[in-house]
Amino acid sequence: MADGHHTQTAGSHRVGRIVIYALLVVFALYYLMPLFVMVTTSLKTLDDIRTGNLISLPREISFDAWIKAWSSACSGVSCNGLKGNFINSVSFVLPAVAISTLIGAFNGYVLTMWRFRGSDVLFTLLLIGCFIPFQVVLLPMAQTLGYLGIANSIPGLIFVHVVYGLAFTTLFFRNFYVTVPPDLTKAARIDGAGFFTIFWRIILPLSPAIIVVSVIWQFTQIWNDFLFGVVFSSGERQPITVALNNLVNTSTGVKEYNVDMAAAIIAGLPTLFVYIVAGKYFLRGLTAGAVKG
Amino acid sequence: MNWRMWKPILSAFLLAVALSGCSRDKSGEVEVLHWWTSGGEARSVAELKKMLEERGDTWKDFAVAGGGGETAMTVLKSRVVSGNPPTAAQVKGPGIQEWAREGVLANLDDTAKAGDWDNLLPDVVSNVMKYDGHYVAVPVNVHRVNWMWANPEVFAKAGAEVPTTWEAFAVAADKIQKAGFIAIAHGGQPWQDATLFESIALGTGGAEWYRKAFVDLDQDALNSPTMKKSFETLRMVQQYIDKDAANRDWNLATAMVINGKAAMQFMGDWAKGEFTAAGKTPGTDYVCAPAPGTDGAFTFNIDSFIMFEQKDDAAKTAQAHLAEAIMDPKFQEIFNLNKGSIPVRLGMDLSKFDQCAKDSAAQFASASTNKTLVPSWAHEMAMPPANKGAMFDVVTAFMNSPDMTAAAATEKMAAAGK
Amino acid sequence: MTETGASGKLVHPQRRFGDYIENALPKVVLGPTLLCALIFVYGFILWTGWLSFTDSRLLPRYELAGFVQYVSLFQNERWWTALGNLAIFGGLFIGVCLVTGLLLAILLDQRIRAEGFLRAIYLYPMALSFIVTGTAWRWILNPGLGLQNLVRQLGFESFTFDWIVTPGMSIYTVVIAGAWQSTGFVMALFLAGLRGVDDAIIKAAQVDGASSTRIYTSIIIPSLRPVFFSSLIILSHIAIKSFDLVMALTGGGPGFSSDLPATFMYTFAFNRNQIGLGAASAMIMLMTVVAILVPLMYAETRRGHHGR
Repeated sequence: MADGHHTQTAGSHRVGRIVIYALLVVFALYYLMPLFVMVTTSLKTLDDIRTGNLISLPREISFDAWIKAWSSACSGVSCNGLKGNFINSVSFVLPAVAISTLIGAFNGYVLTMWRFRGSDVLFTLLLIGCFIPFQVVLLPMAQTLGYLGIANSIPGLIFVHVVYGLAFTTLFFRNFYVTVPPDLTKAARIDGAGFFTIFWRIILPLSPAIIVVSVIWQFTQIWNDFLFGVVFSSGERQPITVALNNLVNTSTGVKEYNVDMAAAIIAGLPTLFVYIVAGKYFLRGLTAGAVKG
Repeated sequence: MNWRMWKPILSAFLLAVALSGCSRDKSGEVEVLHWWTSGGEARSVAELKKMLEERGDTWKDFAVAGGGGETAMTVLKSRVVSGNPPTAAQVKGPGIQEWAREGVLANLDDTAKAGDWDNLLPDVVSNVMKYDGHYVAVPVNVHRVNWMWANPEVFAKAGAEVPTTWEAFAVAADKIQKAGFIAIAHGGQPWQDATLFESIALGTGGAEWYRKAFVDLDQDALNSPTMKKSFETLRMVQQYIDKDAANRDWNLATAMVINGKAAMQFMGDWAKGEFTAAGKTPGTDYVCAPAPGTDGAFTFNIDSFIMFEQKDDAAKTAQAHLAEAIMDPKFQEIFNLNKGSIPVRLGMDLSKFDQCAKDSAAQFASASTNKTLVPSWAHEMAMPPANKGAMFDVVTAFMNSPDMTAAAATEKMAAAGK
Repeated sequence: MTETGASGKLVHPQRRFGDYIENALPKVVLGPTLLCALIFVYGFILWTGWLSFTDSRLLPRYELAGFVQYVSLFQNERWWTALGNLAIFGGLFIGVCLVTGLLLAILLDQRIRAEGFLRAIYLYPMALSFIVTGTAWRWILNPGLGLQNLVRQLGFESFTFDWIVTPGMSIYTVVIAGAWQSTGFVMALFLAGLRGVDDAIIKAAQVDGASSTRIYTSIIIPSLRPVFFSSLIILSHIAIKSFDLVMALTGGGPGFSSDLPATFMYTFAFNRNQIGLGAASAMIMLMTVVAILVPLMYAETRRGHHGR
């Protein structure tokens, strides 16, 4: 992998570097602004929020809002904070991500190494599936889940997320496996290796980078989803985004902005964590071929 | 990566999937879809939960927040379509009839007879709760929408008087603005725009015209000089609203009146909860008065729960318990003290309620006999959602496009009523 | 790509039964996905199409009623606002994301110190849902609480930034917040693309004395064509589906001036009990997508095959 294209000449070098860094820093400040506002607000007291302004720092740092958001903020009749919903989210996001990634890997493998007549057309048809607006599918999906007997349950929610995630995971894996030299599998086939053997022994070991891409993408999409979460879950099994919405959309009472912001950050922490920890591999995965059409 | 590595991960997931699937029994369970998720409202729902648990039922909370329950309605539709409706859901006004027409609601006549609902509820209320002569819903409370909440200190500082007509309003608002205050605290959300316009229209045209226009959707009443005059008044009133009002939540607007930043707000009596929470007393710290020109009239907004047909007997019993508990005087008192509204049951002891609520109850009774009791269309009590939505679009478009004339808005209003 | 398909002919006849299974396996593996797509994408589209020809209100009804919903859709002022907004939002959002994303990627590709750190900063908005960041953005854009107030406190009394409360301008605030969320991802795609460009070609150009600007404009950027395509697909997908963004930021307001087709559809189908009208608007949305994307995708996949 190349390190970049160093094309500056020595003369203009210095000025050029300063301009580049200045631009990067300005953009970074712009990107950080909302997060900064959220974090500082969550650490302020309500009085501090009322008297200070948008970017003023907290006069004294207080974690009360965080504790309240996690364990005692009220939403509906229960005042248990977000912790229960956090666990709910984990319980359906992980299986949904794993299943959709696994199936996506198989699909990508078939669509590149075991092509058959019409497989390209099928792939295009599958891709169009990415574009269906989710509001459209709510009612028919509700009906289908009712028929299947998994309406308003965690398995139902997993099912929905897997179904609408498949197009993306298939796209990722297909585009990655296209770049794998055909000779690798050809040799194995002549040796008599079968469909699954080739997948487990040859293809999967090549795939960590693209698995990371697919997992990050799916994890972010499913964790952050609100619409499916609110419609296809029920009662105390609501995912964290729904609980957050309940918390933030207060209709009466004093608006506790610090608790709202703390709750918002808590809801976003897992995805932030995944991006920051796996961010390096994410880029590597993209570089390794996910972006090639 | 090989199978050996995948196997434990995979089995863990399969286990998780299997485990999450097996906890669905419901003996005597009530699942109630509502959007009362915060503050006093949530406390009142918690009270209901407690009362049901005393009767031996389990309460499964199903709260979906968001504005006037838009999200909750989406959820409710998918639940019904999937054949898995909740025990009860917060639905009101003509919405009750629409759901009943689909044939999915339960018949509550037995509970109603036992509880003597026919005599306890005013006719205007019980008519809305019935479909085809049978009770399908339970009312919770009565809100009055045509209130004006004023900060007397601001009025005093500006040397203005609390107005009782829209002409007097303009004079007072000018003085307030000159004194450096915001005259009207308002949030530029469609439902708030409609709430304001509704009070103006009632003050301009009176109850009889209001009923013709917004309940009967009578074309002549809709496309009338009275409607045009109402829009002209709205345009006049609008100049006293500050520029930052767009998408402001109503409780933040109320806070402006509480803090003395603004002089008045046109809002239903749920706004009172905010004053109470801030430790203010009615009469001294704030004034509740009917919106200009609407004294003696009463625009009502009734919250209610529709009950869905249940499959097994335990669920049916629990559902009857729920209906009973909602009509229970104890619940009616606690709930309405928290929410700012008045009990829907007639003849209740109001000694714990404040002056605004007592006024509201007195006006409710007198308006009922004087035929000046009208449903609030801004709060989905008067017309089907399609018409209501179309009228919201007209009012909010008028508020947001300074070029639109009152005549143009009137014509669009008539089209929206078709 | 010549190795595709029929593998059975190469091996011994004794293993014919096994071959049969081997041949069928790929299709069996792909089967469930295709079945899902058939039912849950195409089936549901058909279902929606059917409903758009009915008079469905509160709940779906299946008796046909002709084109009434489409007629009333196109007589609806709000629908035209939504369509216009989609054009403004889609165009600007995709444009801003592509340009800024490419710029950031090129800047980051100059052997920058702390590249990983900066990259994480540009990427993190993608990780957060608008349910989470919407409140912060509403504050920042609100003239009384946010930026305008801040700059005025600094002494610039006449500074105004009140797009979010101005009917004609609120859609542009949606672009600002939307671009903030998605540019980082586009940057990552471009950066990955830049890292994949063959160094030898660039070295050769440098030896020939080409300026760095020229190397970018005539060698590197053209070679990123597939990345542009992928980004375009992903961005238009986000633009068309934008729903949370609008709901959290402006609620479609002031009035309905920042409505998009997705919010229009949702409002009418679910809040106004006009499922038929909502279905009609969804069908128009889908047809627009198909009309724009299918030719594009077809052209690009064709190109891809011949190029390889």
